[in-house]
Amino acid sequence: MNAKGTVHKYGDHVDTDVIIPARYLATQDPKELASHCMEDIDSAFPSKVRDGDIMVAGANFGCGSSREHAPIAIKASGVSCVIAASFARIFYRNAINIGLAILECPAASAAIQNGDTVSVDFNTGTITDETSGQTFEAEPFPPFIRDMIEKGGLMASLKARKE
Amino acid sequence: MGMTMTQKILAKHAGLPEVRAGQLIQSKLDLVLGNDITTPVAINEFEAAGFQRVFDKSKIALVMDHFVPNKDIKAATQCQQCRNFARRFDIDHYYDVGTMGIEHALLPEQGLVAPGEAVIGADSHTCTYGALGAFSTGVGSTDMGAAMATGETWFKVPSAIKVNLTGKLRPYVSGKDVILTLIGMIGVDGARYQSLEFTGPGVAELSIYDRLTICNMAIEAGAKNGIFPVDRITREYVRGRVERPWNAVEADPDAVYERTVEINLGDVDCTVAYPHLPENAHSAHEGGDIAIDQIVIGSCTNGQLPDLAAAAAVLKGRHLAPGIRGIVIPATPTVWRESIRRGYTDIFMDAGCTVSTPTCGPCLGGYMGILAKGERCVSTTNRNFVGRMGHVESEVYLASPATAAASGVMGHIAHPADLPAINPVGAGLMGSYRLSGQDSREPKDNSGLMDSYHV
Repeated sequence: MNAKGTVHKYGDHVDTDVIIPARYLATQDPKELASHCMEDIDSAFPSKVRDGDIMVAGANFGCGSSREHAPIAIKASGVSCVIAASFARIFYRNAINIGLAILECPAASAAIQNGDTVSVDFNTGTITDETSGQTFEAEPFPPFIRDMIEKGGLMASLKARKE
Repeated sequence: MGMTMTQKILAKHAGLPEVRAGQLIQSKLDLVLGNDITTPVAINEFEAAGFQRVFDKSKIALVMDHFVPNKDIKAATQCQQCRNFARRFDIDHYYDVGTMGIEHALLPEQGLVAPGEAVIGADSHTCTYGALGAFSTGVGSTDMGAAMATGETWFKVPSAIKVNLTGKLRPYVSGKDVILTLIGMIGVDGARYQSLEFTGPGVAELSIYDRLTICNMAIEAGAKNGIFPVDRITREYVRGRVERPWNAVEADPDAVYERTVEINLGDVDCTVAYPHLPENAHSAHEGGDIAIDQIVIGSCTNGQLPDLAAAAAVLKGRHLAPGIRGIVIPATPTVWRESIRRGYTDIFMDAGCTVSTPTCGPCLGGYMGILAKGERCVSTTNRNFVGRMGHVESEVYLASPATAAASGVMGHIAHPADLPAINPVGAGLMGSYRLSGQDSREPKDNSGLMDSYHV
């Protein structure tokens, strides 16, 4: 499991209200949610993001509301991985549950620049900034979460258990 | 090694003699909550996974409160999906127009949460119920969907910050000011993944409503949960509301905390959190040059009866400054009716405010008070993020009901103590409104009525 793409970089405390504003929460359609993703702090994001791109941010990414629409919108935008210095806990849980890859890595968060090309090896937690040539080591997922992601998220793993 | 209050509740629900911070556990749940925004996604997940039954129809609460009464066709469709699900599984605690209130005010009021219980809700402010000595935390819709089927969820056991409260609140100061002060001290990620465990002699000085407000905003410091010890005030609130047996849990004397934060309640002032983070705490005295356009008094944070009483005490005999829009939203039907019965609604309307039926509406920029470009609102809600209540160039200032009301009267951010006196009657109300014992925000004149509300 790997990812590679162009970086969209943001600062600290990116909250769920800017990831997907509540005025769009009367829908659950991932594509429609994606069409408004990040628009309050980066109005060009929905049009410039490409499949496989990587989001890099500072501390406390995804703070605020419990809306699962936030990781859904990011995933439906085509983003393959979010790298942040730290994540807010509900967002962290939600991202894993819906199968959005996320990595906590303060060093990568500080060094990687907007527009860089970055690749990620999820099995080892290695993050490579191909533009600058730097590499960073993030903590890979613990086994129970890797198992959940391999089965396709929380619901799929529950279904597997049931069967 | 001793356990914190949160750890003891989690150990009990995991069927383990003890747990330690960082441990992953599977916990039984006493209640699973969702609203009209998060439940549809949970239902989709529940159905996609092929579940045919819920774990216990008496332990699921579905509250239609965010965009309800429905703001548009999409909102109506989402509620319809929840309503159909509730009918299909005969969910006991389904609240729709007429019975619905804002979830985190409604559930404690209706006795759906008791001390020592473990609750998850697909809403980040589910942490409110820590005020009753329960473990409660917000999760996403997939977690909710799975929990509706299994009655369980996984947790990473949190470490804790001990918040030691001493002293007594000064006049006009409330639980909202305490939590804004605390977030200002530790930051919006100061308690990330951790519990905020409140303790110390100051606890007895806080009403259950102050505690609900404080725990409600634990998430705004990044906390997994906030929690208060169970005391006489908790027992009085729960009596007559919770029929089932419950057991209070206490932290072990040798519980281990990551750190201790000291707050002398007597040092807390009326506090305003400036845009665009709840940690930007300032004294209400400092905001005299910040002109505003709107005040909102309500939400899961400050929509309870004592909140309305505090606002009414400020607004009685006064009027909003010219051009200021005032929106008051009682959090539940009971609060709404009591607000009328006690004359608060008349006071609000005489002051130039409008009074809505319960809804989360404006707090999250849904409807019922959206801000235009460049507008400013002093709001008793919980978040002041970019675009939270409307246009991305609008601004939200978080404050208590008393401070919001005073700001509405002055047309700029204002401390309630700085309002010019109007007449002896008004002055009397203002001067005495902290002196009524348990419900510190209640005007003294109404303390008898407040007792009957408790039953």
